[in-house]
Amino acid sequence: MRKLWLALALLPALALAQDMVTRDGVTLTPAQETQAEAIGDQLRCLVCQNESIEDSNAKLAGQLRGIIRQQVVQGVPDRDIMNYMVQRYGIFVLLKPPVSPLTWLLYAMPVLALLLGGAAFFLARRNAAPPAPLTEAERARLDELL
Amino acid sequence: MSPWRRRLLFGIPLALAAAGGEAFYVILRRMQSNDYDPHALPSQLIGKRPPAFSLSGAGGMQGFANTDLAAPPKPMLVNWFASWCVPCREEAPMLAKLAASGLTIWGIAYEDDAQALAQFLTQNGNPYQRLAADADGTTAINWGVYGVPETYFIDKAGIVRWRYAGALTDEVVATQLNPLLAKYS
Repeated sequence: MRKLWLALALLPALALAQDMVTRDGVTLTPAQETQAEAIGDQLRCLVCQNESIEDSNAKLAGQLRGIIRQQVVQGVPDRDIMNYMVQRYGIFVLLKPPVSPLTWLLYAMPVLALLLGGAAFFLARRNAAPPAPLTEAERARLDELL
Repeated sequence: MSPWRRRLLFGIPLALAAAGGEAFYVILRRMQSNDYDPHALPSQLIGKRPPAFSLSGAGGMQGFANTDLAAPPKPMLVNWFASWCVPCREEAPMLAKLAASGLTIWGIAYEDDAQALAQFLTQNGNPYQRLAADADGTTAINWGVYGVPETYFIDKAGIVRWRYAGALTDEVVATQLNPLLAKYS
């Protein structure tokens, strides 16, 4: 009877243990894994440079995934985990570059392009003369074609 | 449409395309002459001291810690390498030449195996005055190392002044390292 109670008492723990996932040497809950993946998706693999560290097969990417997961388990805020990476590898590690003096031109580009295009369009429109009316010969040719 | 406007409509896009082509040409030329590597990243350690670490020796040599790099008697290099790294093999003669010229070079073997490392040093020579092992790559991550070989230039104040990712070549030494040595000696 005593054994049965013990088994019953341990059941939730067992269920919980089954829910845990292990990735890159760190065991964590599915929620923590989702959180870690969201962070890793925003970080560039330094070896392949066009893949996120979640997608990359490079060894360094695996080590960085492990570090992210350890910090997630320790309850380190997402922002601090990103800062950990930026401190070591620079803002290039962020797949989405932050708005900073270095990237102002990049982020201003759509607006600049729209302004330039709009200016060119209005200048072209302003000076455009209405087309000359068709001559008799042209009208006759048009009627023939239609 | 006035001929002047027609000329502009044709000329401006042509000039932009020509400027773009010229820029690509310059980039490709510089890549070919090893003057520019689009994959190279600026190191976050430039202007700073290396982060805290303490690594045990490898290959029968003395290891070192960040405190040993705090005030070197003269500017020196820290070279990250590995026995399994092909460019490191290519770089070995250049490191030997630099060591022979009197430059202090300390090495860190990145994620290496003791036996393979010993063999590498026998085959390619040992330019290092001290040699440490970063077996699990943790110190490398703290330095921002993203591949081997990488070479760091440390001045007499213990500040990192330069990082080169890739094998050191005659050209890199002539155009980058030698001016640094002249400046910080």
